[in-house]
Amino acid sequence: MRKGKKMVCLCEDVTEEDVERAIERGFNNIELIKRYAGIGTGPCQGRSCVPHVIRILSKKLGKSPDEIGVPTPHPPVCPVFLGTLAAGKERGK
Amino acid sequence: MTDRETSGRMRKHPILKFDRGKEVRIRFNGREIKAYENEAIAAALYAAGVRVFSRSFRYHRPRGFFCAIGKCSTCLMRVNGVPNVRTCVTPVEDGMVIEAQKGFPSVEHDVLSAIDRFSSFFRAGVQWHSFIRPSFSWSVAQRAIRSLSGVGKLPTPSTPTIFLPSQSKDVDVAVVGGGPAGISAALFAAKLGVRVALIDENSKLGGQLVKQTHRFFGSEKYFAGKRGIEIANILSDEVKRTDNIEPLLNSSVFGIYDKGKKLGVVKRMGLKKERLIKIRAKQTIIATGGYERTLIFENNDLPGVMGAGGVQTLMNVYGVKPGNRALIIGAGNVGLILSYQLLQAGVEVKAIVEAMPHAGGYFVHASKVRRLGVPIFTSHTILRASGKKRVEGATITQLDEKWRPMEGTEKDIKADLIVIAVGLNPDTRLLGEAGSVLKFVKELGGFVAFRSRHMETDVEGVYIAGDVSGIEEASTAILEGRMAGLSAGLNLGVVDERAEGLREEAMEELDEFRRNPIGERIRKGIGEVIIR
Repeated sequence: MRKGKKMVCLCEDVTEEDVERAIERGFNNIELIKRYAGIGTGPCQGRSCVPHVIRILSKKLGKSPDEIGVPTPHPPVCPVFLGTLAAGKERGK
Repeated sequence: MTDRETSGRMRKHPILKFDRGKEVRIRFNGREIKAYENEAIAAALYAAGVRVFSRSFRYHRPRGFFCAIGKCSTCLMRVNGVPNVRTCVTPVEDGMVIEAQKGFPSVEHDVLSAIDRFSSFFRAGVQWHSFIRPSFSWSVAQRAIRSLSGVGKLPTPSTPTIFLPSQSKDVDVAVVGGGPAGISAALFAAKLGVRVALIDENSKLGGQLVKQTHRFFGSEKYFAGKRGIEIANILSDEVKRTDNIEPLLNSSVFGIYDKGKKLGVVKRMGLKKERLIKIRAKQTIIATGGYERTLIFENNDLPGVMGAGGVQTLMNVYGVKPGNRALIIGAGNVGLILSYQLLQAGVEVKAIVEAMPHAGGYFVHASKVRRLGVPIFTSHTILRASGKKRVEGATITQLDEKWRPMEGTEKDIKADLIVIAVGLNPDTRLLGEAGSVLKFVKELGGFVAFRSRHMETDVEGVYIAGDVSGIEEASTAILEGRMAGLSAGLNLGVVDERAEGLREEAMEELDEFRRNPIGERIRKGIGEVIIR
């Protein structure tokens, strides 16, 4: 039987193997993995994947979760239409 | 099956009555489906037997109903021409046209899922290594990749979206999150006479209480003996009666700026209408709660693998039967209570699997489900989910004392629903934006903010309450909310002797509540992040 994929990030289809491979290639911190593999950049903005990536990094590098840290959060943390942000103020105000 | 369209909806439930509202018709991929006006699109589709909701970003893997609270990406669909609509939090309307966004010829039968078998060409990060030489190859590859991957297509010009002019608001206290912690924070800040904005992304207040059907423990004074849904109603009625709280519903805080003093809020008014609200707050209380943990095993993304919260929403809010045979992963309180709720809904619970050597939840819950004939496999974990487009079974295995799977102990279990109940992580992203320093505390569920005894974080004027400060339960969230609300009011300079007394009282109640082995752990965790 073929082995099934173990998904770390459902938004961007990133598997546990992908994250491990990225670390082996030298992308050995969370911000680098985010940019290399796209974890945390999908519609859910890192809700499911980030804790797993921290765990894998901490295991592979022998560091504590505090040493790994979390990726810097940026707005927006939830979906917003760009048109809403660009709508401008009410007239007369 | 005689009535396939309604077969997923429960007619009778021992505790709940479902107010589904008027019957409406919607179209999903050209097929007409019966729904009810109080249902979310995703719940109506699930009730009608739809299991494959989308195809994944890269490999076109089938994906289904998962979180049910608008936090994941598996239920995104095109609705009335608007792409990437979160169908699990969007109510149905008569005549709505819903289309899955990927899949050729359809989302159910997608020939492009063959990509999944050649995944080594497409896996994450491949764009940095391939198609570099010759130089034109990237532009060719890019076009191919764009047509095969991604999520959704641009809206058609005939679907106008209305962006209302932005508004500004000045308030004394802004509370982010309308769950048990946020509501009680708002109520107690309001008691001191200050102006409060209570912001929540759902259409009604109560957070995750709205799907809790079990009775709470603890002292009389704090709603013991009442069910979560009842507590949600009591709290939100009190908000309605309080003049100086402005509830902002269907509104999400998408960003926090200026050390917590400015909040960017988007208010949603239907599918295509939104307004930006800029809030300036003197004090900000973050009560964003937690989000469910996922678990890594083979095919953990197969439709039928769901979060515990998703299952509760489907079953307790919409009255839709989530499956027929369930396997529960995690024997903490959530896993145990959920097993009981599934049995009430007429779902057969095949087993509860727990990696720890003993069930983590309260003893009364564990013995209740055992009495009902549900086996709890401790020191076990799930290895894989099997099935083509939906869960058909699972393989579990025993773990040795070093948490390694023991060969030869695999068991196959027939199930169409795998529920992941392995706990929550605090949702601290807004705190990070406000500039708070986070520390990993295992006992509190993950990264949490430093805080004073009065729930103020290391960022002045920013407070926390509830699961965002450490995963615990609704009763403690309510008490922490009181403390945060009172502290925010007091720090505004309100002079009120009663307030300090109330805050002391809440603190004592919390100590009382945590005087047990589980609470002991929490206290140890809090000890690591207490400041001042």
